[in-house]
Amino acid sequence: MIPVEYYVGLSAILFLIGGIGFLVRRNVLVALMSIEVMLNATNLALVAFNRQHAQAHTGQVLSFFVIAVAAAEAAVGLAIVLAFFRLKRTVRSDEADLLRN
Amino acid sequence: MLNLLLLLDIVPGPANAAAPVPETPQGPWMGFAYFGFCAVLAVVGAIATVASPNPIRGAMGLLLMIISIAGLFLALHAQFIAAIQVIVYAGAIVVLFLFVIMLLGSDAQTPSDQRGRIPRFGAAALFAGLGLAALTLLGRTMAKPKLPGDIGSDFGSIDAIGKVLFTDMLVPFEISSALLIVAVVGAIAVARGKHGELAEKGAVK
Repeated sequence: MIPVEYYVGLSAILFLIGGIGFLVRRNVLVALMSIEVMLNATNLALVAFNRQHAQAHTGQVLSFFVIAVAAAEAAVGLAIVLAFFRLKRTVRSDEADLLRN
Repeated sequence: MLNLLLLLDIVPGPANAAAPVPETPQGPWMGFAYFGFCAVLAVVGAIATVASPNPIRGAMGLLLMIISIAGLFLALHAQFIAAIQVIVYAGAIVVLFLFVIMLLGSDAQTPSDQRGRIPRFGAAALFAGLGLAALTLLGRTMAKPKLPGDIGSDFGSIDAIGKVLFTDMLVPFEISSALLIVAVVGAIAVARGKHGELAEKGAVK
């Protein structure tokens, strides 16, 4: 069997990739997809720790709720992207400067 | 197919359904090969998601990563979460992203320029440094790896998780349904525009 540390290390690497993508990319769609990568990484860590402490199913149930919140976040986020595109005709995040100064 | 799953230590065998899951007869190599395959695919998918200039390729990379992580969930005895991962993420969220990308057409791809390069890459370098520090700490505990313990035959099944969801976690479960309703109403209200922009054009009545 594979030690839990391997799964946690993979989860950290995926979270790192998602976070760097969120910070570097200015396409709002890609930023939202980077958030999904990070949420998936946390889900992997939750399920891996639940496999190590297998007396209860707390980690798996928590990752179930994370998936539900991710679905809600994707729906609202993409609606905001559509509204933003209707206003500015672009999906670049640095064009969202109505509240600037 | 069942033989393959037995080899990968995914499902407990029928003969010892009540006993703890034994070590696979072929040794740990099959499990390590499966983990390495899924891990490499997940990292490749994540890099494709954040690095590809075309958002459609990014969505395909996200799909690859989601399916590989579902495979890892299977190896961790989380069959129900793996199914939910495929249905909700691959079936709903990625399709939603693809809908929006197709709706925006060629405007979904933004040309890259160098404005604001220093703060963006500085923040990313700081984040990468913190992440590498965390990985180094993890590598120090890797010297004495903890093997996961024995589990019962119903670990991760729909039966067991359903019991937890409808007894201990009943209140969060109901609240998450309210959250989803609010999110749907909010998404429609935001995407529709203020004071029914579409209604004036006769698109909706």
